[in-house]
Amino acid sequence: MNEAERHGWLYWQFSDALVLTERALRHLPRNPQLLVFSTIQPVMFVVLFRYVLGGAIKLPPGVPYVNFLMAGVFVNTVAFGSFSTAVGLAEDLQNGLVDRFRSLPMSQAAVLLGRTLSDLVRNLFTGAVMFGVGVLVGFRPAGDVLHVVMAIGLLLLTGFAFSWIGASIGLAIRNVEAVQSAGLIWLFPLIFASSAFVPTSTMPAGLRAFAQHQPITYIVNATRGWLLGTPVGSSGWYALAWTVGIVVVFVPLSVRVYRRAATKI
Amino acid sequence: MASEPPAILAEGLIKRFGKTVALDGLDLEVQAGTILGLLGPNGAGKTTAVRIFTTLLKPDGGRAQVAGLDVVRDADRLRSQIGLAGQYAAVDALLTGHENLVMVGRLYRLSRARASERADELLERFDLVDAAHRIARTYSGGMRRRLDLAASMVVAPPVMFLDEPTTGLDPRSRLEVWGLIGELVAGGTTMLLTTQYLEEADHLAEQIAVIDHGRTIASGTPGELKRQVGGERIELRIARGAPLEGASEILARHVEGPVRVDETERLVSAAAENGARRLADIVRDMDAAGIGLDDLAVRRPTLDDVFLTLTGHGAEVEAEAAA
Repeated sequence: MNEAERHGWLYWQFSDALVLTERALRHLPRNPQLLVFSTIQPVMFVVLFRYVLGGAIKLPPGVPYVNFLMAGVFVNTVAFGSFSTAVGLAEDLQNGLVDRFRSLPMSQAAVLLGRTLSDLVRNLFTGAVMFGVGVLVGFRPAGDVLHVVMAIGLLLLTGFAFSWIGASIGLAIRNVEAVQSAGLIWLFPLIFASSAFVPTSTMPAGLRAFAQHQPITYIVNATRGWLLGTPVGSSGWYALAWTVGIVVVFVPLSVRVYRRAATKI
Repeated sequence: MASEPPAILAEGLIKRFGKTVALDGLDLEVQAGTILGLLGPNGAGKTTAVRIFTTLLKPDGGRAQVAGLDVVRDADRLRSQIGLAGQYAAVDALLTGHENLVMVGRLYRLSRARASERADELLERFDLVDAAHRIARTYSGGMRRRLDLAASMVVAPPVMFLDEPTTGLDPRSRLEVWGLIGELVAGGTTMLLTTQYLEEADHLAEQIAVIDHGRTIASGTPGELKRQVGGERIELRIARGAPLEGASEILARHVEGPVRVDETERLVSAAAENGARRLADIVRDMDAAGIGLDDLAVRRPTLDDVFLTLTGHGAEVEAEAAA
């Protein structure tokens, strides 16, 4: 018990978060459905867009569609990773684990941080799988090492940021089935009305205005440019601002929803 | 004795959920090293009280102390003094028994080595050694409940709260859990146990508090409470056509207390200690008077009787209200 007094407050915040990160990571191999489903969807997108729709999509000359596509697929993958954050927290609430955590002398933020950190690790894994799939269907990144690393960093930051949105939603809805069926519907228009899979230039004016100024497009454009070694303009800064902004807004929001959800009934 | 502060104390505790009043001035006192059975129907406020004592909920009025610490002001310090086992076995179904206990130990800020050592001790004690490295999803209901109990006492907290620890368990698992609870209290742990079963409170608790509508309506030892309810009752169902008044008169000759007559159910009943021994005489007299019986029974008091006696309504009333 003296252990508790040997270290400061901040040490325990991270120690508790790591205990719960480890816990969530242990779940992955034991609950393979989640991992398989979160990989199958992007793999299907790669195959469908690359071979079915790709031929009909007009791009500037010299850019093979598969190279254009993969940045969108990566962003889609990490954004939908927030699904498991939402479901995981709703599950913890529903089966009483949150009650146990709240009766322990531990950091309560760790309950959320443990989830989002483990989802970061999972994103790293599914991202690597998608990279392999991309290479198999002809994806050839041409960016230099520094820019590729920047792209990977942005993707992980995006996944982390969207995890916190997922956390807020999972805790607000509280019901696992409801989270599974409706929790992430909002992501579809956000992903499709963006530059993820198609150039925004062919969209009708109103939609185009939305598509060109929403976060997913900035993130996709920056990732794409850095992976392919093409100029990204100001997209990188916008992408950074959006992801950091999402973290800044949704971390305190999640904590608030967590407090409220946990003290209901 | 009186100078010793109670391990658990509630004074005029109030909690509202919107318009529902869950606790309406609850008073409670549990002396250190004893076990209190908190008895009441669903929706009486048992779980709400436990959630306030364990810092999961803030009261809207009154005050509550556990181990001398205020549940609101000293919540952080209090959490290292208590263990909670809830209504749903709150274990991680995808972790093994051992991993579950190590996780809880580390969240109580034990070192990894100490947490693992403690997990082994508890698995041994709760008879889960064989299942220690299987994930909890494969456990039976009784095993899960034992694991949940083990998790609630990783640091051997001085005060423990068990919220309906045997609800949904088969009789054998229930006996196992009872045995464990008895051992803990013998070891000096103060315990508050909620239950819907009078039998369970009777078996485990030194003191019982009956609550309804968020208020304590009776308290005392199991013996005192039973005397209030009236012990065993003889219950006779009179055959159609036979006079109820006649039956009631005959029964009255064999018992000390008043005879209750339920005309629609054709039931004639009365409190009677050692009811089984008197039954033969009663049946003989009824037979001699030509009064036929459809059914006869000696019933022990149930929670329903406690409630009928204390409140005038049955235990299943408002079962759907917030638990």
